[in-house]
Amino acid sequence: MPTLFTIESLTAGYEGRVVLRDVSITVEENDFIGIIGPNGGGKTTLLRVVLGLLKPLTGRIDYTPGNLTLNQIGYLPQVAQGDTLFPVTVEDVVLSGLMLNKGAAGRMGRKEKIRAAEVMSELGLAPLARQALNELSGGQLQRVYLARAITGSPRLLLLDEPATFVDSSFEADFYDKLRVLNSRMAIMMVSHDVGTISAWVKSFACVNGGLFYHPHSKITDEDLRLYGCPIQLVTHGDVPHVVLHKHE
Amino acid sequence: MDSIFAYSFVTKSLEGALFASITAGIAGTYIVSRRLVFLSGGITHASFGGLGLGHYLAINPVIGAAVFGLGSAVGMEYMTSRGKMREDSAIGILWALGMAIGIIFIYMTPGYAPNLMSYLFGSILTVTRGDLIALGIVSLVLIIYTAVFYRTLLYISFDENYARTFTRHVDLFKYISVALTGLAIVLNIRMAGVILIISLLTIPANIIMLFTRKYLRIIVLSSVVSFIGISAGFAVSWFTNLPTGAVIVTVLVIFWVIARGIRGIMAGNKTGINKKA
Repeated sequence: MPTLFTIESLTAGYEGRVVLRDVSITVEENDFIGIIGPNGGGKTTLLRVVLGLLKPLTGRIDYTPGNLTLNQIGYLPQVAQGDTLFPVTVEDVVLSGLMLNKGAAGRMGRKEKIRAAEVMSELGLAPLARQALNELSGGQLQRVYLARAITGSPRLLLLDEPATFVDSSFEADFYDKLRVLNSRMAIMMVSHDVGTISAWVKSFACVNGGLFYHPHSKITDEDLRLYGCPIQLVTHGDVPHVVLHKHE
Repeated sequence: MDSIFAYSFVTKSLEGALFASITAGIAGTYIVSRRLVFLSGGITHASFGGLGLGHYLAINPVIGAAVFGLGSAVGMEYMTSRGKMREDSAIGILWALGMAIGIIFIYMTPGYAPNLMSYLFGSILTVTRGDLIALGIVSLVLIIYTAVFYRTLLYISFDENYARTFTRHVDLFKYISVALTGLAIVLNIRMAGVILIISLLTIPANIIMLFTRKYLRIIVLSSVVSFIGISAGFAVSWFTNLPTGAVIVTVLVIFWVIARGIRGIMAGNKTGINKKA
C-alpha cells in the first residue's frame, strides 16, 4: 500500500508544555486508524499537527511520499453540538468544506452546490438541505459535520470523537458510512470507545505522550498495558463484559 | 426659512436612517449571530469615555469616541481570544470605566456643559454633516467587506475552529470585524444614544431571525426593518419632541412583539423553524 505521509520523531505542545514526544508513524492510503488514549494524552494535538494548525517543536511531518497537501485533509472537529441556533442551513455548512480549495474571497456557485448536493444525498441529508441546525437530531447533525469534512473530496479524513452525541442506535450506521468512505480516503479517528471502534478500524494507535502503533484491529488489555496506555477496554464478545484496568 | 429647515431635517433624517439601517443590518447580524451583544454594549459605554475626553479637549467628541470604541473593541477581542480574563467580567469593568471617565471629563469641562441626555438617548438634531459622511463611509466599507468575504466571515462566525483549517487569517478577520462593528456603533451614538444603540443594532436582526436562518437574508431584511423603524422613530420624535433613540427603540420593540405574535401563529399552523429556540 502506498504511503500517504509520515511523522518522524515529532515533539509538539503549547507554550512550553510538551504534549507529544518522539512520535513516529507512517500512514498509508486507505488506512483506517483508531486513535485511542487517555484524556490529555495528545490525541487532538496529534490531529492539529497533521492539519498544519500546530507547528512541531522538533521532528517533522512529511507529506511528500503521497504528495498530500493540506487542502486534501478533511476534518471533523470535536464538537459539543456547536451553536445550533446560528443562522446557517445544512447546505451552508456542507458548502463550507469546499472553502479548503478557495481563497478568503471564495464564492459558492452552481458547481459547488451540485457537489454539496451529491455529498448530502450520499449521507442521506438531501431532504434536510434547507433546514436549520436546531431542527436536526444528534445523529443528523453529526452527518452534517461529516459531510462538511468530505465535500472537498479529501484523501485523508481526520475525525475527533465523532460519535459523542450520536444515539448508540445510529452509531453502527455512522461507522458503516465511514467504512464506505474508507475505500476512497485514509481515515484517522480519535475515540475513547476502543471496544466499539475495533469492529470498524483496521489498526490502532495509542497516544499517551508518545505514540504506540498496533497494526491490527484486535487489541487486548495486555497490549494496552504493554503500551502504557491507561484506558478502559470494553470488549464486545459473545458475553459482553467490561475490563477495568488502571495503569501507572 | 421654516421650509428650508424642514427640508434639511428631512434629508438629514433619511440619510441618517439609511446609513444607520445598513450598519444595523450588517453589524447587527454579526453581533447577534456571534452572541456579542454584551460585548458590543461594553464597546458603546467605553466609547462614552472618549466622548467626554473629546469635549474636555475641545475636539470633535466623535473622534474621541471612535478612538475609545476601536481601542476597547480590539482590546476585548484580544483579551477574550487569549483567554486571559473572563469575558463578561472584562466587559463589565470596561463598561463602567468608560461611563465614569466620560462623566468626569464632562463635569471637568469649563463653561458650557453639553446636554448629557442627548448623548445618552440620542438626538437627530445633534448629528452633523460630518457624522453622516463618516457613517456613510463605514456603511460602504461594511457592504464591500461583507460582500467580498461573505463565506469566510460566515464560516468564521459559525465555527472558528473549523475555519482555521481553510484560512490562516481567522484572527485578522475577527479583528477587522470587531473594529468595524465598534466604528459602526460609535458613529450611531449621536443618533441613537449610548444607552439605546445596542437595541438599535440587535432588535432588527432578532426580528428577522424569528423567520429565517439564512445569514444573507437576515442582513438584508433586518436593514429594511431598521430603516422603517428608524424613519418612524425620527418622525415621531420630531413631532413629539421626545429623544430620538428612545422613540426608535420603542418602535423596534413594538415590531419585535408583533413579529413574535406572527411567529407564534405560524408555529401553531406547522412545526416551526424556531421550535427549540
